[in-house]
Amino acid sequence: MLQDIDPTDVPRAFQRFMAQGNMPTATLPRRSFLKMAGAAGFALGAFPHAGAAQTVASNAAPPTLKPSQLPAAFVQIASSGEVTITINRLEFGQGVNTGLPMILAEELDADWSLVRSRHGTNDMAYADPKFGIHLTGGSHTIKNSFMQYRELGARARLMLLNAAAAKWNVDVGTLRTEAGTVVGPQGLKAGYGELAEAAMALPVPEKFTLKDPKDFRIIGRPTPRLDAQDKTSGRQDFGIDMRLPGQLTAVVARPPVFGGKLASFDDTAARSIKGVKAILRVPLDNGAEGVAVVAEGYWQATQGRDALKLEWNTSTVEKVDSERQLAQYRELASQPGPRKMDADMTPLASAPRQLEAEYVFPYLAHAAMEPLNCTVDLADDRAVIWMGSQCAGLDGAAAAKALGLQPEQIRVNVLMSGGGFGRRFSSTSDVAVEACGIAKAAKAAGLNGPIRTVWSREDDMKGGYYRPMHLHRARIGFDNQGKVLAWDHVIVGQSITTGTVFGSFQVKDGVDATATEGMRDPYAVPMRLTVHHPKLNVPVLWWRSVGSTHTAFVMETLLDEIARAVKKDPVAYRMALFGNNHPRHRAALQLAVDRSGYGKTRLATGRAWGVAVHQSFDSIVAYVVEASIKDGQPVLNKVTAGVHCNLAVNPRSIEAQVQGSAIMGLSMCLPGSAITLKDGVVEQSNFGDYTVARMTEAPEFSVHIVPSADPPTGMGEPALPPLAPAFANAVAQLTGRRMRQLPFAIS
Amino acid sequence: MQIVVNGREHTLDLDPGTPILWALRDTLGMTGTKFGCGAALCGACTIHLDGEPTRSCSTPISEAVGKQITTIEAVAAGDHRIGAAVHVAWVKHDVAQCGYCQSGQIMSATALIKSLPAGKQPTPDEIDTAMAGNICRCGTYARIRAAIADASRSLV
Repeated sequence: MLQDIDPTDVPRAFQRFMAQGNMPTATLPRRSFLKMAGAAGFALGAFPHAGAAQTVASNAAPPTLKPSQLPAAFVQIASSGEVTITINRLEFGQGVNTGLPMILAEELDADWSLVRSRHGTNDMAYADPKFGIHLTGGSHTIKNSFMQYRELGARARLMLLNAAAAKWNVDVGTLRTEAGTVVGPQGLKAGYGELAEAAMALPVPEKFTLKDPKDFRIIGRPTPRLDAQDKTSGRQDFGIDMRLPGQLTAVVARPPVFGGKLASFDDTAARSIKGVKAILRVPLDNGAEGVAVVAEGYWQATQGRDALKLEWNTSTVEKVDSERQLAQYRELASQPGPRKMDADMTPLASAPRQLEAEYVFPYLAHAAMEPLNCTVDLADDRAVIWMGSQCAGLDGAAAAKALGLQPEQIRVNVLMSGGGFGRRFSSTSDVAVEACGIAKAAKAAGLNGPIRTVWSREDDMKGGYYRPMHLHRARIGFDNQGKVLAWDHVIVGQSITTGTVFGSFQVKDGVDATATEGMRDPYAVPMRLTVHHPKLNVPVLWWRSVGSTHTAFVMETLLDEIARAVKKDPVAYRMALFGNNHPRHRAALQLAVDRSGYGKTRLATGRAWGVAVHQSFDSIVAYVVEASIKDGQPVLNKVTAGVHCNLAVNPRSIEAQVQGSAIMGLSMCLPGSAITLKDGVVEQSNFGDYTVARMTEAPEFSVHIVPSADPPTGMGEPALPPLAPAFANAVAQLTGRRMRQLPFAIS
Repeated sequence: MQIVVNGREHTLDLDPGTPILWALRDTLGMTGTKFGCGAALCGACTIHLDGEPTRSCSTPISEAVGKQITTIEAVAAGDHRIGAAVHVAWVKHDVAQCGYCQSGQIMSATALIKSLPAGKQPTPDEIDTAMAGNICRCGTYARIRAAIADASRSLV
């Protein structure tokens, strides 16, 4: 997602996409950072208009600074010395609500034990500093905000120093800081909490000094999550936990086929359910219609929904059938199509060794543990929205359109999410727009309280926006040393970004870059890559690690197969292909090899090694796994990871992301991990028929990070792609059978 | 209808078929217990009913009458020594990622340790089997295993 593009494309495309000048422009009043009234002020205190914060008008910030560079929106210091750092992303498990504060606190020289974090809003201050839109995705957070948060911390620290210099009437050059305290000559000392009020009245400095990385004491240290206590005691609130005075809950009866309309409905029985307040015909995503049941609580709303008698009209929409779709994809794969890469294919016919393979990947649901939800408090001239959003600006602008308001009349409060994996950034903002449609209809029906729309698990799983189904076909000619002479490759799959805000720059010459990312590189093989993007009535979306969810599998299993075919060790074979041009790949793979004992340790009987390495989103992860077969099913026993993400901001978080991504990669291999359609209807509905890995399937882990001081790259996704191919390569050793589809099919 | 949650009595005016989950979350405002699947498939809603791990999304409130409901909000409080040990181990091992399933994980883990004879530590297989009903989509399983082993060791 959003790799290798000119970042200035994004806001331009965003502007075009939102049309009618609907780009959100609202920004916070620019003050310097706020001194909070004390612990009690935290709940409300982020914004000057929120009331509880004590604010002092301050000097304007230098006009050269962007909203994302001003400490006001990011740092709050209470008189107790507690520092609250606002994150410009959605925290949904990946750990950025600890990682970003670590970066800022490092340069602020804060006392880490007093650092807290909070979510931001759709204010432009919280846009990605590189892309200029609100974005949690593409493993961009740490990569794009590393310097931003360092600079924010450094500016805030300098303001505190300047405040202390004024207070003590000394030259600022005589002052230093240590862990939340400014220290001056003759034993002068002042905590940040004492200085915050004076500091915030000072101008935001344009010039400042950053720490020498050798002096880092927070960045690079394995640091426990700031939310660990709350998430272990039931105190952590998520979007679905919203409770506002007078709030009602809505659930929606949705058509069985994407885009279906309501033919008729009878709500007589539903209206008699205790607690049901309103039954509303509402517009849904993709031109569909549905019926929202608004009730006191979720249970009453679902009781009402169950009591509805519904007739749907699906005659005008395409009804996708997975079996027919596969046949159609096979047919398409034989047709000429747009090329992503080209190379001379003449050596193919005469190559001494040949390999042909077809791979099939199903639709996948994100299946985040917290079902989708969105709470809307709608008034005549404004709306406040609470949701776990990976794209608060886009969701806010789409909400404005849906409600007939201006973007600056919409406030999106980003809330902690129970996972997301891409689903909380949909191209149509479907979750926000539907919730707004319901709020609008409810208001028209005389219900004035906030409405929390909650998706059931079934709604969530059947609701579309899947990782697209893909077919890959490869014909490879190679010599007896394993040198690839020609590689003719075809990918068939729906385009994720066509027709979305990103389509104008992600789709070039008919090829969506999110479908081909991860193909070929870094292996310098002569590849011709043809791509077909059929259009089907199934909403598709990025899904953790996006294109690499399938391209890494294809690349890493095929190269492994070639290596085995010419009796070469799969690690040595890859290393030779990397040569000297890909030192990070080499280092990651070597680390995994060294720590796993690959090639040295004798494995227990019945176990086999599997290897894969893949770069996605600028980070590289190599796996050496041990697998076995039990009761006819492949078992992943042990995973050793070698990781190259440049500077490791929080090694503890990186380890967690590797473990978690590997489990999600393992899920893709397990029987039942597929979304299929029959006559337009999604066949799966819940965790009983859509498999995700459970503890009984989880391997042992050993995660190792290559030391580096280079600017950090992200780790929310890159550890997912290489897991399935490493596992498949081990299974091939165990069974003599190459896994050509996910989930694995062992008969 | 009267129910007891974490030692406190509540009188509820609810349909007796209402799942305990929604009585806790929407009526009592106790949102620590999570909604994941509504079908006893993921374990996010796990509570203790008279000490037994129970999927509150699929258990009607009528079944709680005359029994003690314990939720995540209280499982580590007061004299709940095992729950407290589990809580400490969970924080020490930094188990949570998104954290949404962790209330249910902790309730299941606490029930597992409680079900064993005092001083007996669960085997790896016992841990996996007891926790197999609790899905963590973030994949924190390795840390859950370590935390349960650590918590049970700390109680010896």
